[in-house]
Amino acid sequence: MPRWLKRFRRRLRLRARRQGYLLRAIRSSRCLSAVADRTRSIAPRAILCLATLRNERIRLPYFLDYHRHLGIDHFLIVDNGSDDGSREWLAAQPDVSLWTTTASYRESRFGMDWINWLLFRHGTGHWCLTVDPDEFLVYPHCGSRPLRALTDWLDSSAIRSFSAMLLDMYPQGPIAAQPYAEGQDPFEIASWFDPANYTIRKNGEYGNLWIQGGPRARAFFADDPVRAPALNKIPLVRWRRHYVYVSSTHMLLPRGLNLVYDENGGEKASGVLLHAKFLSTFAEKSAEEMQRGQHYADSREYLAYHQGLQDQGDFWCPQSQRYRDWRQLEDLGLISRGNWA
Amino acid sequence: MRGDGRRQDRIMRLGVVMLCHDNLPLAARLARLWADSGAAVAIHVDARCGAPAVAALWEGLAGTGALPVPRRSCEWGTFSLVAATLDAAQALLAAHDDLTHVITVSGSCLPLRPPAELLAWLARHPGCDFIESVNALDVGWSVGGLNEERFTLHFPFSFRRQRRLFDRYVQLQRRFGIRRRIPEGLVPHLGSQWWCLTATTLRAILADPRRGEFDRYFRYVWIPDESYFQTLVRRHSLQVESRSLTVSKFDTQGKPYVFYDDHRDLLAASHGFIARKIWPGAAGLYAHFPRPSQDPATEPDPERVEAVLEAAAIRRQLGRPGLYMQSRFPAKDRENGKTAAPYAVMYGLGDLFPGLGDWLAACAGIAAHGHLFARDEAEFADGASIGPGALSASAAIRDLDPQGFLASLIRSSPDVVGFLYSPRDRQELNWFMATDPNARLYVVTGAWMLPLLHSGMPFDDVRRMAARIQRAEIAFLDILDSVWVKGRVRRWTLADVIADPAGVLETIRLDLAPDNGPACPLPSLRDVTGLVALLRRLRNAGLRPRRMGDHRKLRALTTPPAAQTATPKGPAT
Repeated sequence: MPRWLKRFRRRLRLRARRQGYLLRAIRSSRCLSAVADRTRSIAPRAILCLATLRNERIRLPYFLDYHRHLGIDHFLIVDNGSDDGSREWLAAQPDVSLWTTTASYRESRFGMDWINWLLFRHGTGHWCLTVDPDEFLVYPHCGSRPLRALTDWLDSSAIRSFSAMLLDMYPQGPIAAQPYAEGQDPFEIASWFDPANYTIRKNGEYGNLWIQGGPRARAFFADDPVRAPALNKIPLVRWRRHYVYVSSTHMLLPRGLNLVYDENGGEKASGVLLHAKFLSTFAEKSAEEMQRGQHYADSREYLAYHQGLQDQGDFWCPQSQRYRDWRQLEDLGLISRGNWA
Repeated sequence: MRGDGRRQDRIMRLGVVMLCHDNLPLAARLARLWADSGAAVAIHVDARCGAPAVAALWEGLAGTGALPVPRRSCEWGTFSLVAATLDAAQALLAAHDDLTHVITVSGSCLPLRPPAELLAWLARHPGCDFIESVNALDVGWSVGGLNEERFTLHFPFSFRRQRRLFDRYVQLQRRFGIRRRIPEGLVPHLGSQWWCLTATTLRAILADPRRGEFDRYFRYVWIPDESYFQTLVRRHSLQVESRSLTVSKFDTQGKPYVFYDDHRDLLAASHGFIARKIWPGAAGLYAHFPRPSQDPATEPDPERVEAVLEAAAIRRQLGRPGLYMQSRFPAKDRENGKTAAPYAVMYGLGDLFPGLGDWLAACAGIAAHGHLFARDEAEFADGASIGPGALSASAAIRDLDPQGFLASLIRSSPDVVGFLYSPRDRQELNWFMATDPNARLYVVTGAWMLPLLHSGMPFDDVRRMAARIQRAEIAFLDILDSVWVKGRVRRWTLADVIADPAGVLETIRLDLAPDNGPACPLPSLRDVTGLVALLRRLRNAGLRPRRMGDHRKLRALTTPPAAQTATPKGPAT
């Protein structure tokens, strides 16, 4: 088959897939019922943050404060049947619009249908940050420049999407040793990460990079690394109505949004999502999630963690690095300023 | 202070041409700042700005005497910007005949030093035109490829809105050799559009009898605001200082770098008069500047700022060598440095000298790993299960991305990396290493025989293994014999090493640690008794051992003198 025909077919195929995902998103809106809809107060240039969560009450105050401080103007959150007070607490926040659903997390493609719907409905024209409540965006210069500075620069550079890979953070010693308190900076406890053990492959179909590795891959998936969780993420996108997230925030359609990397040797600007999953709250959560079986690939991840953590104790090794700031991440080559001087 | 400024007014008076297209409140503040210092200001507001914002701007400037300029719709890269500047300059010079200098600024240009210091500076350089003006034939001023072609091609299409047409039309003109004639007497020059000219020069440019002809010509030059005044000033000026008083730089996309609050000290240290472009949200900068210098006579010195911006441009274009990450994933052979630092690959040597790793670590100070690409696991130095950069010793993880594995290892090791390699290992990186200028490959061919000799396996298994390993070795050597090799390769045969093990090791040591490190006891060579017999047996079983070196030499070296019997002479292999 000639190359142009192949490309043409791929284009049609991806287009059909994108429309399919959009359709799912629109259909899934029926499951969502608004608890607090403050979307009318979203200003034209507001930066939005979207998240799906379930029973994350203890994490929420710090999560919201951290991202408010970065410069998020409004949060759009889907609550998937929390029963620990998350919903009530969120509904009382002035800059949160909250929807709730009891539908299956798994059936909604792990929450992405709901998120795609909210993006479709409210995201157009805005910079949208899609994260989980245990993910914290770090970008170059984030100590001294607000998120708005970044999005303005991305706008002026005609860049539509910003890559921020997931960086798993963990404590030294057993995960449950230091209990996490509400409102606390989780990275006071989980302050370590793996500096340079990430495998990168290119996904030809969608054009994105497939990044795996980190502590989870080496501790739990050493024999079967193909199944290790993907760490590549593109959480910050200047949304337009026809965009759609395909699988978590790992990749998007149209395909061009996934080209967040340079192939000619240069560096594009990128950040990380610090992943505060491995805190004292994790053991309970993994037990619960294993029972619910609502997570990716039959919650295999949780199963592995549950067993692994009981046998192994902790992720820490002498090569682990303690997190300092974005400059350290840049020196290690995990993020880059690109030409954002 | 005010009185001081007025006294200077009698000698020097500045006119300011201000071009704004957004953030008008800020522009109003800056215009007032200029006006308060005694300068005459003319403001051009883009025609696309909303009426209420423009009204607010003029309201805010009431009493400053700022002149409005007929509004045009300005698009980047077109003549409209030059036309607006010309209008504004004309209006200024007509309204104030006492002006001595005219400077161009934008709505997001921030004065770093008080206007009075600028005036004093200009007074010390009477008659100088501060305008960056570089001959267009001297390449390297503009970043985006087009230099003199800006002057010789037609540019009727918008670069931003009609990019495809723009590119096609440029290609078409190149192919058919269509060229515009440059008006006689003009020598194309390029430079920053933020300049400061003397009123005399500017009047001469405006009143040039051939101005109509020049304007018609520049209408279809690309980005004329970077060439119109820069070219014409060469006709009229007596003394051109080819530099801009505005600290500003363009990136590879042709948009100016933006300054933020964290650049405050950098900008202050530059002692520049004006900086562009300032992020509208950089409240810290707007509050801090303009600030009087400790010594008002300090010369502008933008070199440090330029170095920072230059580093950013290089990072974006070339990146850090040997780095593979989420936003830098170079395609094959576009890596600009496949790896970050030199490293040593000991091919076959580990099979000959069991203590090689310790010796390398001791005498050359390198991080000596075992067989990093062994099939069962990555053998890190000291048998660690987690290597530099927290790399896992798991072969499965390594084999997902072996190139990334090696590059990460080299990037995260403080010492020079060395590792053992043999044809038994995974061979995926052969091309990568051979074409990497950082690779130091020390190759002993045929050394793979020794582990087989000592394996104690049944001969059938040895034969099968030997066939497989030899195939891998020949494939590797084919690569080393190709013309694409960029690594530094040293090759010996098994016979060479057995003949002079100390010499080979010495060569390696001198290569890796030329400054004569500590003398260390040499690792001992493995026992080679029975090698020739095994080779003969393999040959008789139908497998011709190759690249072992001179066969007679090998036989002489490995067979005790008493056992030397008349063996049939084979060809040297």
